[in-house]
Amino acid sequence: MNNKIINWFKFASPQSFYPLAGRMIPWFWALTAIFTVAGLWISFFVAPTDAQQGEGYRIIFIHVPASWMSMFIYLVLAFWAGLGLALNTRLSGMMAQALAPTGALMAFLSLWTGAFWGKPMWGTWWVWDARLTSELILFFLYIGFIALQAAIDDPRRADKAGAILALVGAVNIPIIYFSVKWWNTLHQGSSVNLAKSSMAQTMLWGMLLMALAFWMYAIAVALTRARAIILERERHTEWIKEVVR
Amino acid sequence: MLAIIRRDLLIAARRKSEVLTALFFFVIVTSLFPLGIGPEPTLLKKIAPGVLWVAALLATMLGLTRMFAPDHADGTLEQMALAPTPFGLLVAGKVVAHWLVSGLPLVLLAPVLGIQFDLDAGALGILVVALLLGTPLLSLVGAIGAALTLGVRGGGVLLSLLVLPLYVPALIFGAGAVEAHISGLGAGGHLSLLAALLALAVFFAPWATTAALRIALE
Repeated sequence: MNNKIINWFKFASPQSFYPLAGRMIPWFWALTAIFTVAGLWISFFVAPTDAQQGEGYRIIFIHVPASWMSMFIYLVLAFWAGLGLALNTRLSGMMAQALAPTGALMAFLSLWTGAFWGKPMWGTWWVWDARLTSELILFFLYIGFIALQAAIDDPRRADKAGAILALVGAVNIPIIYFSVKWWNTLHQGSSVNLAKSSMAQTMLWGMLLMALAFWMYAIAVALTRARAIILERERHTEWIKEVVR
Repeated sequence: MLAIIRRDLLIAARRKSEVLTALFFFVIVTSLFPLGIGPEPTLLKKIAPGVLWVAALLATMLGLTRMFAPDHADGTLEQMALAPTPFGLLVAGKVVAHWLVSGLPLVLLAPVLGIQFDLDAGALGILVVALLLGTPLLSLVGAIGAALTLGVRGGGVLLSLLVLPLYVPALIFGAGAVEAHISGLGAGGHLSLLAALLALAVFFAPWATTAALRIALE
């Protein structure tokens, strides 16, 4: 038991995490490629044309995974941020910093594809609907996090300040979501429900595969970015000199 | 805590121009909307709650950068953090002082501006109550942002980027209360939610603010 705890903390040190991440990254890229190919194949060639929405509905194979990831990454970010504040580990802050741009990208992608979907389906690029608005605000929260971290020179202070912001944001997200929801809503109900799905099986599979592909991509990119951050921040140490040489 | 409030109020009273600037900003911004949109009373009445609330958000933002920065610059903040009194209490005192200086005048001024927008007495009353509940919320949440951006490059602009998304619920329920009253739905629900948010913020915001300030002081 004791050994296990020590093992967990072993990889909390950038020095031992760096090679581990380096070994893991190619695997996650490979999985990304496999899931993307499989997911895209199902979503373009296998999944049937939707009865009401025609071919345009295929945007959801990108849109829904991107929306899921944008929300989930914020939670992971807040988790790392909280861990960093509680245990004062350096790696947690680096992970939070590494995740933020991917999360912002996902939020942006979700809004962008949502607009493309909304034009043929609702006849408008944008409506002030609850989910769209909270996604937009989530995007602002990501941007705020990135901007705050970029504005503080001392990386340790940037980590901690960013962590507090991430936690405040995480507390606020449900409040924002419900306030916007009661304010106005017309978004179609969530179409994925594990118990009783309103989608065709193949559509669901395509979407889940694409979601897995997005997961793997996010992990691979975050790890790569974390490695870059480690290199930058630990550049004064001996072991980095060993690695780079 | 009372001593802190008294001190901050005294400082504000000695530098009246800063307080008055924010107030006149509020007046000018709300007066610009009719000029930009046109003077039809029905339209103005419809947009009035939103305009007044957005202007109030921006006006409270103006004072936020000065909430901790002068004390940080001359070392007072460090002494407060070291003082035997709990730091959170002192920070809460500063937030109360900020509200008294930049929130309360807005509440008092809002009905006058509301008349410009053709709001009736009942709607004005709801507007005042909503602002009375909402502006302390703005000060509390804003304090977190002010503490996070303390001594940071481009702090002012960054502050608005951090804080404004967090103001969204206050804006929705605050402006929503007045709109609900005008459309005859009753403002009770919105006001209760606003009060609930305020209760949450009173508990959590000083705590997050002190954590952020301690990071800035390290």
